[in-house]
Amino acid sequence: MAAHLKKRVYEEFTKVVQQQHEDLSAKKLRLTKPSKSAALHVDLCKATSPADALQYLLQFARKPVEVESVEGVVRILLEHYYKENDASVRLKIASLLGLLSKTAGFSPDCIMDDAINTLQNEKSHQVLAQLLDTLLVIGTKLPENPSVRIRLVEVACKHLTDSSHGVRNKCLQLIGCLGPVEKGVAKEVESQAAKDVQKIIGDHFNDQDPRVRTAAIKAMLQLHERGLKLQQAIYSQACKLLADDYEQVRSAAVQLIWVLSQLYPESIVPIPSSNEEIRLVDDAFGKICHMVSDGSWVVRVQAAKLLGSMQQVSSHFLEQTLDKKLMSDLRRKRTAHERAKELYSSGEFSSGRKWGDDAPKEEIDTGAVNLIESGACGAFVHGLEDEMYEVRIAAVEALCMLAQSSPSFAEKCLDFLVDMFNDEIEEVRLQSIHTMRKISNNITLREDQLDTVLAVLEDSSRDIREALHELLCCTNVSTKEGIHLALVELLKNLTKYPTDRESIWKCLKFLGSRHPTLVLPLVPELLSTHPFFDTPEPDMDDPAYIAVLVLIFNAAKSCPTMPALFSDHTFRHYAYLRDSLSHLVPPLRLPGRKLVSSPVSPSITPHEDPSQQFLHQSLERVYNLQHLDPQGIQELLEFTIRDLQRLGELQSELAGMADFSATYLQCQLLLIKALQEKLWNVAAPLYLKQNALASAAAKQILEETYKMEFMYSGVESRQVVIIHHMRLQAKALQLIVTARTTRGAEPLFGMCEKFLQEVDSFQRCFISELPHMQGSFVDKLLDLMPRLVTSKPSEVVKILQTTLRQSTFLHLPLPEQLHRATANIIEPTGESDNPLRFTSGLVVALDVDATLEHVQDPQGTVKVQVLYPDGQAQLIHPKPADFRNPGPGRHRLITQVYLSHTAWTEPCQIEVRLLLAYNSNRSKASAKIPKSTWSESLEALPQPENGIEGTIPFSKPVKVYIMPKPARR
Amino acid sequence: MSYLSFSCLGPGAGQDVGRSCILVSIAGKNVMLDCGMHMGYNDDRRFPDFSYITQNGRLTDFLDCVIISHFHLDHCGALPYFSEMVGYDGPIYMTHPTKAICPILLEDYRKITVDKKGETNFFTSQMIKDCMKKVVAVHLHQTVQVDEELEIKAYYAGHVLGAAMFQIKVGCESVVYTGDYNMTPDRHLGAAWIDKCRPDLLITESTYATTIRDSKRCRERDFLKKVHETVERGGKVLIPVFALGRAQELCILLETFWERMNLKAPIYFSTGLTEKANHYYKLFITWTNQKIRKTFVQRNMFEFKHIKAFDRAFADNPGPMVVFATPGMLHAGQSLQIFRKWAGNEKNMVIMPGYCVQGTVGHKILSGQRKLEMEGRQILEVKMQVEYMSFSAHADAKGIMQLIRQAEPRNVLLVHGEAKKMEFLKQKIEQEFHVNCYMPANGETTTIFTNPSIPVDISLGLLKRETAIGLSPDVKKPKLMHGTLIMKDNSFRLVSPEQALKELGLAEHQLRFTCRVHIQDPRKEHETALRVYNHLKGQVQVLKDYSVQHLPDGSITVESILIQATAHSEDQGTKVLLVSWTYQDEELGSFLTSLLKKGLPQGTS
Repeated sequence: MAAHLKKRVYEEFTKVVQQQHEDLSAKKLRLTKPSKSAALHVDLCKATSPADALQYLLQFARKPVEVESVEGVVRILLEHYYKENDASVRLKIASLLGLLSKTAGFSPDCIMDDAINTLQNEKSHQVLAQLLDTLLVIGTKLPENPSVRIRLVEVACKHLTDSSHGVRNKCLQLIGCLGPVEKGVAKEVESQAAKDVQKIIGDHFNDQDPRVRTAAIKAMLQLHERGLKLQQAIYSQACKLLADDYEQVRSAAVQLIWVLSQLYPESIVPIPSSNEEIRLVDDAFGKICHMVSDGSWVVRVQAAKLLGSMQQVSSHFLEQTLDKKLMSDLRRKRTAHERAKELYSSGEFSSGRKWGDDAPKEEIDTGAVNLIESGACGAFVHGLEDEMYEVRIAAVEALCMLAQSSPSFAEKCLDFLVDMFNDEIEEVRLQSIHTMRKISNNITLREDQLDTVLAVLEDSSRDIREALHELLCCTNVSTKEGIHLALVELLKNLTKYPTDRESIWKCLKFLGSRHPTLVLPLVPELLSTHPFFDTPEPDMDDPAYIAVLVLIFNAAKSCPTMPALFSDHTFRHYAYLRDSLSHLVPPLRLPGRKLVSSPVSPSITPHEDPSQQFLHQSLERVYNLQHLDPQGIQELLEFTIRDLQRLGELQSELAGMADFSATYLQCQLLLIKALQEKLWNVAAPLYLKQNALASAAAKQILEETYKMEFMYSGVESRQVVIIHHMRLQAKALQLIVTARTTRGAEPLFGMCEKFLQEVDSFQRCFISELPHMQGSFVDKLLDLMPRLVTSKPSEVVKILQTTLRQSTFLHLPLPEQLHRATANIIEPTGESDNPLRFTSGLVVALDVDATLEHVQDPQGTVKVQVLYPDGQAQLIHPKPADFRNPGPGRHRLITQVYLSHTAWTEPCQIEVRLLLAYNSNRSKASAKIPKSTWSESLEALPQPENGIEGTIPFSKPVKVYIMPKPARR
Repeated sequence: MSYLSFSCLGPGAGQDVGRSCILVSIAGKNVMLDCGMHMGYNDDRRFPDFSYITQNGRLTDFLDCVIISHFHLDHCGALPYFSEMVGYDGPIYMTHPTKAICPILLEDYRKITVDKKGETNFFTSQMIKDCMKKVVAVHLHQTVQVDEELEIKAYYAGHVLGAAMFQIKVGCESVVYTGDYNMTPDRHLGAAWIDKCRPDLLITESTYATTIRDSKRCRERDFLKKVHETVERGGKVLIPVFALGRAQELCILLETFWERMNLKAPIYFSTGLTEKANHYYKLFITWTNQKIRKTFVQRNMFEFKHIKAFDRAFADNPGPMVVFATPGMLHAGQSLQIFRKWAGNEKNMVIMPGYCVQGTVGHKILSGQRKLEMEGRQILEVKMQVEYMSFSAHADAKGIMQLIRQAEPRNVLLVHGEAKKMEFLKQKIEQEFHVNCYMPANGETTTIFTNPSIPVDISLGLLKRETAIGLSPDVKKPKLMHGTLIMKDNSFRLVSPEQALKELGLAEHQLRFTCRVHIQDPRKEHETALRVYNHLKGQVQVLKDYSVQHLPDGSITVESILIQATAHSEDQGTKVLLVSWTYQDEELGSFLTSLLKKGLPQGTS
């Protein structure tokens, strides 16, 4: 019987498909009704003048053409093409041909011959170019057909001698996109095209038109991208192009040289005007470095960017890029950097007091000084000093990439990066700080460098300061003075910008744990302890004192001798901070005390982690004991939920899993409770109150399921099914409750209908998962589906009720990684007693600063909600630029919220909170609709079925005291 | 052959730093570049010797125009003297900012010389005004037609606000004059830039011919660090500056630093001259660097928030402050007064941002002197810190080479530098770019011969016809063409012969060469003709591109060349071949003749 019913189910499914089919055909009917091709034909015949014809064509182009009629339309267009005398109309027809052959699902090989034929007699260069463009489209649509390609390339080669640059341009483009890449094919077909494509393109490197030269280089690059190995012989040609008069040619040539240097890094090329030979990659590197001082900034950006990816270059060349070879009056001079380094190593510090401190030293041999041809010499010095910030950013990025691959270079470029911290454009400063952070494992900061770095801590831009904190987190400092300096500067920063508190503490935490031995000698000074005298106990709430303690405690973690230096109150403060700021203060092994928490030995892998085991065990217990009596289940569920919640609080890495499972069990518990009501059998109207309880439960389950679906990152389809299933059950419950409370069957009809539709869509969406859901609510429901469809609402309700009671509850498998989206509003803090005063009717800007974790696509989903005391709620969409991404899975929202209200008599509190917006069809529906190729056809797409939109609050609300004053008159 | 002549007027512009005044003759046009004065002299030597230009006759008749590159007095100081006192009424070209700021500086200079030093026989305010009326302002990259042939164009030069390089062009000959320029951008100005204009001559300054400078970032950072440290210590910082140029750069530097670091200590700027000048800096935003240009919509960088006007009384205020005061070498005026007040405190600091002439207080303290003798036998002990920072805005050797690379000139001429240093640079330029490089002494005239290309108009029909014959055109290679050159009304035209004939109203005459070749051949005439035909057909290698035809009347044609065989009137065994060709086919015709003269091969029939 069950099998039979299953069959029915599948039958129904096919029926659904048929419906879709009908739908499609209906659509087709509507579109083909006035037979587009015929209409076009009539229109074009009617056209009396070229202008008329052009108008018709333009109108025609606005509407899409369906696949079946493309060929017909093309034939008609071609027919008119031959008849047409006016070049502009022919041009439009040619462009339409291209557009039409792009139509999805249409194979353009049938029109290729015609398109090629049209080329024969064409006189207008513009039309020719357009036709070649069309051929290019056709060629790219037929990637599987080498003979077609070869034929097209042949055609293009024939037109390469055209006198118009446009035509030559298109020919080269076509050869680049379609030219044979594999050698075998070229040999097989003994024809003109078998000639070396590279040779043909290379011949046009010397074309008289710069646009054609550019196109030739681009075509060459295109060939390379398609997998053809370019010949090394091109290198010398490309080098000549670097001196071209036109910037686009030079820019493309730089790219080509870069490609060649990656292909043949180790080949040897001669240096002109000498007998020496060097590696190609070095030569290319020198040439590209040379372009960093080009006249056009576009080329400079291009060159600077490419330098970064030339990692095979020899270190000797690489280091030259940072050396400008200073001189003054023909005498060698040391750079400020070198001087600083020398001063540092000689032990002396600070300078400049002496006039002539930078006096040049040794004489330079005039013959040996190369002023400009020295290739790589000083390229980065120039790039970093460039006028355009685009070039500077590109240079910084390149430095970063090169430094990451070469530690010695990293060491050398440090000075220059540090210099960039003083750039006039904030973006550049930020970029160089980030770069420095990326290479920080390769470097150790000298004291004088650290000094310069720390000077930037006073910057008024928050981004800069935070980036710098991040940088300090992962830098190596060489001396204890360095640590002290860093601490002092950070504390200065703290007093100047108290909002940086968290970030500074975090920074000190890492600074401490990285340099325990350097912190050790500083401890007495930092804690201001004295061997003989007791010193006053510092204020525990002072952020600066906390900062110092964070540094010390983190250092003490790997330095067991340190606690001996602590005074009594330090231990007390430790205990306090360990509790209040547990994320900053590590557990310490203190003398005479037990460790606060048992140490977790690192050898235990996460799978053997006892807490994880506990989680799984408790879940297992619940899932196994499903046949107990309801009372027992309820209690067990309650206990498990409590356990899980507590576990989530204790173990932050398991919080996502624990919360997720707890929520699910909570839903289950609510469902069971609702069904346990003994009153279901009694006539409904008498027990409105109890029904209210049940309906509230249904509502809550619905809410919880949305939370489960959208608030956790890492939810897989297996979980989504279970969540949807739970939602379906909640809906069923709702239906039952409504059926009980409402009189008359009319409203129920609609509801039943809707419910059945939902079951239907559930089945469609999760057909593959159904076999896993034996014995569940939906499984049973689908078995009964044929009966449900035909029966009356009251019967449906009855069936539902019994199924709901009888269904087993599903095991929720947990994914590998599960994180709950959380948000924490840092600012406003909600502690202020001073109301924010503003004139009513005007706006006041409220700064909101929040950290978001595990939110996917925060730009699209995170909203700010403002609740006024009168119950009015305002939803604000922050700008995408307000979100920053400091690390994987973390986001930072720094935005301004504009508040306004009519006048109040008293100051009052408003609530600000963050919401997570969701849309139930966001994930699934969008991918299925094919994009129309016709850019102009923006007909409204059919809205996908009932998408449910809503928001989930996911941060604690913060109260802000405001006071809109009446406007003075 | 044409020539450019170049001469430097008097001491200064040539192999010396100080005064610029250059005369260039290009294709018969005379242009004066800059009209500077020497700050070191107080007698006649301070102005260039204009009598050098023309002994008798008015300057206006001789000079076609005067170009001023920027507003520094060593480039424009002698202008009123030149135009009003010597007498010149022609056009003077300068950029808009230069035109705006130049009179302020001239007036200031006049005041110092006349009012303070009491000199007579100097130009008056009215003269400055009259002189400025003759000035024509130009925009960057605007081509100004001075007369029909002479055109000038300004390029951005960095250095100071409104500084420009000028391209002077007559026909296809051109000269680029750089004035002073800077190839590295600074806080308020961008870098000099020129396109690949390939001038015949590039006249470039060479102040720093033998120097390659360190990155400016170190200098800036050092400067800021020193100022910051002193201010934090509670000390006062004195920065002696000249009113225009570097002062603005330093102001911007400090202003942005104060903004970034949220500092509160006051910054003051003395003198009213600067206020006026700052006003112009605000106006000419397009002449500044990228950052200022991009942000001026939100806030004009020259509207200083932290920098206020200085009052004499402020010098005694307690607490930290930074003061910019004029003049730059601490030799007189406000800067010296403040220096005296602050010198005794070791917390304070003086930063000299530029070069100091020997004998000034600035030079003394920089060379380490700690006890200064002031007027009235006072001894001033200097306890304050003394720092030197070079903020020069000239191109260094690398910059000069970079400009030469950008412009690709055929000849280079170095001015405005010391002879010894220039020698080095000259050698480098010749070695690297393979161009001639000159460095004339003062008063010396250098003549450079150019190889001008002469443009010729060609009729489209002829061009198309000629290109159709050969292979695809190639710009890099010269191409031979047949046509008629018509020189008429100062213009050259290349037209087809037919058109030339038509225009000149002449009938076309055909010129034919005929030649008789005697061949011993006893056979009939037509047989001989057939043999000749076969022979010619056999010459596959040479004649394969030409059509060889045997006409029914027995004659043979090779293209337009006619060959007829007739029997000799006296000797029937000898056949006479008549070869006839037009002069256009001279080459082919003579080839055929010589071929036939060798005789026909035996045995072919």
